[in-house]
Amino acid sequence: MAESKTGPAWTGSYLQDYGSRRGLLAWLTTTDHKRIGLMYMAAMFAFFTVAVLLGLLIRLELMNPGMQYVTPRVYNSLFTLHGVIMIFLFIVPGIPAVMGNFILPLQLGADDVSFPKLNLASWYVYIAGAILALMSLFVGGGVPDTGWTFYAPYALRSGSNVSLAVFAAFVLGFSSIMTGMNFITTIHRLRAPGMGFFRMPLFCWGLYATSWIQVIATPVVGITLLLVIMERALGIGFFDPARGGDPVLYQHLFWIYSHPVVYVMILPAMGVISEILPTFAGRTVFGYKAIALSSMAIAIVGYMVWGHHMFTVGMSDTARRVFSILTFLVAIPTGIKVFNWMATLYKGSIRIEPPLLWALGFIFLFSIGGLTGLVNGALSTDIHVHDTAFVVGHFHYTMFGGAGVGLFAALHYWWPKVFGRMYNRKVANWAWGIFMVGFNLLYFPMLVLGIMGMPRRYADYLPRFHGPELVSTVGSWVMVSGIILMAWNLVRAIKRGAPAGDNPWGGTTLEWQTTSPPPQLNFAASPSVTTGPYDHTALRAAAAKEAR
Amino acid sequence: MRAEGATLGTPAGGHAAAHHEHRDDIGSKTGMWLFLFTELLLFGGLFIVYAVYRHKFGAEFHEAAHELNKVMGVTNTFVLLTSSLTMVLSVGALQRARVAESLRWLGATFGLACCFLVIKYFEWSAKHHHGIWPGGEHLHSLPPGEGMFFNLYFMMTGLHGIHVLVGMGVMGAIAARIRSGHVSASRYAALEFTGLYWHLVDLVWIFLLPLFYLTN
Repeated sequence: MAESKTGPAWTGSYLQDYGSRRGLLAWLTTTDHKRIGLMYMAAMFAFFTVAVLLGLLIRLELMNPGMQYVTPRVYNSLFTLHGVIMIFLFIVPGIPAVMGNFILPLQLGADDVSFPKLNLASWYVYIAGAILALMSLFVGGGVPDTGWTFYAPYALRSGSNVSLAVFAAFVLGFSSIMTGMNFITTIHRLRAPGMGFFRMPLFCWGLYATSWIQVIATPVVGITLLLVIMERALGIGFFDPARGGDPVLYQHLFWIYSHPVVYVMILPAMGVISEILPTFAGRTVFGYKAIALSSMAIAIVGYMVWGHHMFTVGMSDTARRVFSILTFLVAIPTGIKVFNWMATLYKGSIRIEPPLLWALGFIFLFSIGGLTGLVNGALSTDIHVHDTAFVVGHFHYTMFGGAGVGLFAALHYWWPKVFGRMYNRKVANWAWGIFMVGFNLLYFPMLVLGIMGMPRRYADYLPRFHGPELVSTVGSWVMVSGIILMAWNLVRAIKRGAPAGDNPWGGTTLEWQTTSPPPQLNFAASPSVTTGPYDHTALRAAAAKEAR
Repeated sequence: MRAEGATLGTPAGGHAAAHHEHRDDIGSKTGMWLFLFTELLLFGGLFIVYAVYRHKFGAEFHEAAHELNKVMGVTNTFVLLTSSLTMVLSVGALQRARVAESLRWLGATFGLACCFLVIKYFEWSAKHHHGIWPGGEHLHSLPPGEGMFFNLYFMMTGLHGIHVLVGMGVMGAIAARIRSGHVSASRYAALEFTGLYWHLVDLVWIFLLPLFYLTN
C-alpha cells in the first residue's frame, strides 16, 4: 500500500474515466466505491421522487372528507407503494449504500471496500429488485394493496400482485446483506495503520452497527417472504388459520426483521450527526466511547423489541410486558447520544452552516419521534393509539425526520467532497427552513389526529378531523417545496458551484485530507493515524499560524 | 460467495491491477463466515416455524413422520457426511499442491452430492405418488397438523436441496479454476470456502434428519 503513487489515477478526480472504458460503460462496470455510491444515489433519488409524489397524492385525497380523486382501492395501492418504495428502495439502502459506500473507505484511509466486485453486484441486485417492484405495478392482478407489511392472511388472499412485490423485497434484502457483509469486513480489515476501533470516526461505528443488523436480521425476513410466496402459490398454510396456520406467526417473523431494520435506517444517520457536530463546534466530540458503544447497544437491544408492534394482536401479558420494558431500554442509548451531542455543542466555537442546521433539525425532529415512540411502547397508551394516525406521525418523525434528514445533512456535509463544488449556502439555509416548517405542519397534525381517534390507512374520515387533515396537506406542499429547492441547489452546484477546496468545513477525519473530489484511489499517500478522530489541535495551530 | 472467490483469484478493480493487488485472505474468510451466518439465519426462520408447529401439533407430527422412509434418510446422511470428508481431502490435497488428487476428491464430492439428490428424488416422487405434495389433493385432506408437517418437510428439504444444487454448481466452477491454475496451492481460499459452504449444507441436514425422520 505504501509504495509511491504517481500517474493520473492518483492525482485526477474519480469522476474522470481512466483505462479503456469510457462514459456510461465505465460507470456501469466500475468497482470504485465512490462511483457505486453515486450510482446508488441516482437510482435512489429517482425512486424517492416517485414515492414523494405518491405521498402527495395520499395527502391530497385526505385534504377533505369524502372521496375526491381516487377510489378506496387505489388509495390502498397508493399507501402500499409509498411504503414499499420508501422503505425498501429509499431509506434502507439510503445512508449506507450512498454515503457509506462513498465515505467509509475514505474515513478508514482505505483504497476501496474489501469486496469491490460484490459491491458492484449489490447495486445490480438492488436494480433487479427495483425492476421487479416496478413490474408488480403493471403485470398480473394489479397494484399490490396490502400495505408495505404484507400481513397475512390478507396478503395470502389479495388478488393483487402481491407475490411479485414480495419477491422484489426478498431480492432487495440480498443487496442489503451484501453491503452489510462488505462493510463489516472492510471495517475489520482495512483501517489505516494506527486506527484502532476506538480511533474510528463515529460514522463508521454507526455503519458497523448497521451492517451487523443487516446481516443478522435480513435473512429471517427473506425466508418469511419466500414462505408468503409459497403460500400464495401452493397453499402450504403456515400462516393460514384455515389450515392450522397462525397469522400472528407471520407478524413475529416479519417484525424480527422489520423492527431491527428501523435501526438500519437510523444508526447511520446518528453517525452522520456525530460527524457534523464536532466539525462545526470546532472541538472534539463529547463522550466518544459512549456514542460509539451506544450504537452497538441500540443494535443489540433493538433486535429484541419486535413484539411492540403486536401489543394488540393477542400476545400473552408476560410477552407484552417484556417487550415493553425492552422497548423502553432502547431509549437509554438513544438518550446517551442526544445528551452527548448537546454537550459537544456546549462551549464549542459554533459556525452555523447548512450541514449543522440539518443536524440540529435531525435532533429536534428525532427527539419528537423518539418521545412519541415511548407513547407507543407503553402498553396502556399503545392500546389507545395503536393503528391510528399517531403511529404514522411517530414513524415519519423518526424515519423521515431522523433517517431522511440525516441523509440530507450528510449530503450537505459531504457534497463538496463528493463533487469538489460548493452549493449556495444561503439557498441551502432557506431550503432547510422551508422544509422544517413544512415537515412539522405535515406530521404534527397526524399525532393530534391519532389521539383524537383517526385510524391509519383510511381513505375517508369524519368531518371533525377536517381541520388537522387540511393543515397536514398544506404542510406537505410546503415541505416538498423545501425539498425541491434543496435538490435544485445541490444539483446546480455539481456544474456551477464554486470550487470547494479540500477541507471547506475544517473537518478532522481522513476524508478531508485528500483532494475534493478524491482521486480514483483515494489517497496519494496512504494515511496513518496517531490521534482520535476529532482532534482539532493541528487544524487550530495551522489557522493560528496563517493568522500570524 | 463466488464473487469473493473471484476477488481472491484476480486483482479486485481493473484499475488497481497495475499498481498493487488486493489480496486479503483473512478478510475474504471474514466475509465468507458472515455469509454462512446469514445462511444459518435463513434456515433459522424455518426452524422457528417448525418449533412453533411441533409444539402446537405434537401428536400429528408424530403420526405423519411414519410416512417418511427412515432407511433413505439415514443413507442420505451417510452420503452427505462422506461428501464432507472427501471435500476436506480435496482441500488438503490442493494445499499440498497435489492438483490431480484434489480434483479427484472434488469429483467424488460432486458424485456424492448427485447421489444425495437421486435418493431425495426417489423419496419425493414416492410422496408425490401418494398425493403428498404442497398443494396436492391428498395433502389437503390430511388433518391440519399432518399437512403442516409435510409442508414443512418439503419447504425445508427443498431449500436444503437447492443449496445442494448451488454447491454442485460452485464445485464445477472451482474445478475449472483449479484446472486453469487460478486456484492453486498458493491461493486455495476459493476451494476452502466451497468446503465451508458444503459443511454448512451438511450441518443443516444433520438437523433435518432427526426433526423429520426420527420424530415418531
